[in-house]
Amino acid sequence: MNIPTNLKYTNTDEWVLVDGNTATIGVTDHAQEQLSDVVFVEITVNVGDKLAKKTTIATVESVKAAADVNLPVSGKVIAINEDLPQTPELVNTDPYGKAWMIKVELDNPAELDALMDAAGYEKHTKE
Amino acid sequence: MFTPHTDSEREEMLRVIGVRKLDDLFADVPIKLRFPNLELPPAFTEIEARMQMEELAGANETAHDLACFLGAGAYYHYTPAAVDAIIRRGEFLTAYTPYQPEVSQGTLQAVFEFQSLIANLTGMDVSNASHYDGATATAEAAVMAYHHFRGKRTRFILSPSLNPQYREVVKTYMGGYENINLAGENLDPLCQPDDLASLLDDNTALLIVQYPDFFGRIFDFTALIEKAHQFGALVAVAVNPMSLGVLKTPGAMGADIAVGEGQSLGLPLSFGGPYLGFFATKKEYVRKIAGRLVGETADAEGRRGYVLTLTAREQHIRREKATSNICTNQGLMALATTVYMSLLGKHGLKQLANLCYQKAHYAAEQISKLDGYSVVSQRPFFHEFVVKCPKPVDEINWHLLDHDILGGYDLGQDYPSLAGHMLIAVTEMVSKDEIDALCEALEEVNNG
Repeated sequence: MNIPTNLKYTNTDEWVLVDGNTATIGVTDHAQEQLSDVVFVEITVNVGDKLAKKTTIATVESVKAAADVNLPVSGKVIAINEDLPQTPELVNTDPYGKAWMIKVELDNPAELDALMDAAGYEKHTKE
Repeated sequence: MFTPHTDSEREEMLRVIGVRKLDDLFADVPIKLRFPNLELPPAFTEIEARMQMEELAGANETAHDLACFLGAGAYYHYTPAAVDAIIRRGEFLTAYTPYQPEVSQGTLQAVFEFQSLIANLTGMDVSNASHYDGATATAEAAVMAYHHFRGKRTRFILSPSLNPQYREVVKTYMGGYENINLAGENLDPLCQPDDLASLLDDNTALLIVQYPDFFGRIFDFTALIEKAHQFGALVAVAVNPMSLGVLKTPGAMGADIAVGEGQSLGLPLSFGGPYLGFFATKKEYVRKIAGRLVGETADAEGRRGYVLTLTAREQHIRREKATSNICTNQGLMALATTVYMSLLGKHGLKQLANLCYQKAHYAAEQISKLDGYSVVSQRPFFHEFVVKCPKPVDEINWHLLDHDILGGYDLGQDYPSLAGHMLIAVTEMVSKDEIDALCEALEEVNNG
């Protein structure tokens, strides 16, 4: 299982890449493994939306389950991965790269402190 | 008779728990709250029971015994004998919803054929496995539109010429959502598409129209649907599938959803059910639709097979996130309509729709010649039309019944402004003689 050390993680299997005041969000390798073959991704928010932490931002559907993706930090949506709904299999093949879902401008960078680091997430996935 | 325990077993159980007789177990329930002694007569033999039931049933006057001019959403059509013969096969008749669906290839194929026929008939991309009836299918359209806009659009426009029962069921289904605004009820019941267009706004999730409408009128909704799309709203068309033998399809008009009551395609009137709701839509909305979907595929060896598909939409996986928590379908009724449609075929359905159309227009023409009666429908109609009557409709209908005629629907029941108006339906089941007899009887009421 791939858990990059440069990312932050939630206990609901989202990852966050922080670059200055911008956070990129997706789902983890562990999440895609649990879901199995992803057949559908719908991003349910729009650029410009101001969202609170834990808002549902996307729905991911696999051949055996459907799951919501929740926003780990509050912020304003500045970009959406428009290509992902056309190529949902990227969630399986490149969860930390091409399968990014949205980018937000952070409201409150202090919220990042509540997220797990790679070691913490690895421990979480084994619980 | 099924008796789970013998008397001696019961006695043994009572003895073990230390109770003398069964009634002692209910000693704590006050006597007046206990089930009363029914004092039933002695049991009938099978022969006696059958005779009594037949005598009771004989008191009914059914559409079969009368000349039937009653429609308003449920129609008396002929059902070929092959429909019943096929659906009574044990494999279909007694099968419950398949919980391990792929084992039931026959059931799945029947549903797949049903879906294909409905999609074809309505001109839509995809159909689900069916709903309870036309009203619940219409309500599912509203639920789907709500979820499509993720609750951000809350206005639902229901044409006043949508079947009033469908409107009631939509109201019930949408009652649990917050801030829903149902519009359209205050319009003139006989309003035009333009009147509906004026109600559209940026908050409109769905516009529901009926085609032919509840009064039998035919409108081409193409322009109205285009207008609704300019506001970003979806449009559902509740359609009588029989009429599609001759009419432009909802798909061709640009509708996003086509729903309707399948009863006219080979199901008996049966005092109101079981009926069949159908639901078809464009491919882009397929993940938002309620109910089950059967797909065709190939197995590992390349053989054709049928599967439930897109099941991640369904409530057993999505739970509270599912569009609808109803995945029941009317399997047997869907099979009946599938058999019916395949027996008639494209040309048979067209001929039949045409026959209904011609007979209805003959009836309207004859009635319009009668003193005191006028046909209100001033535009193309299918097989149903509105007649303004000289006397209260129920009074006329009692008189017609004396002549073995089942009169039309009393529109005053649902539309106060249409008191004294009768909705008359004509199908292939009434003969020219019966139409003429109706006219004579109507004339008699006016003179009497």
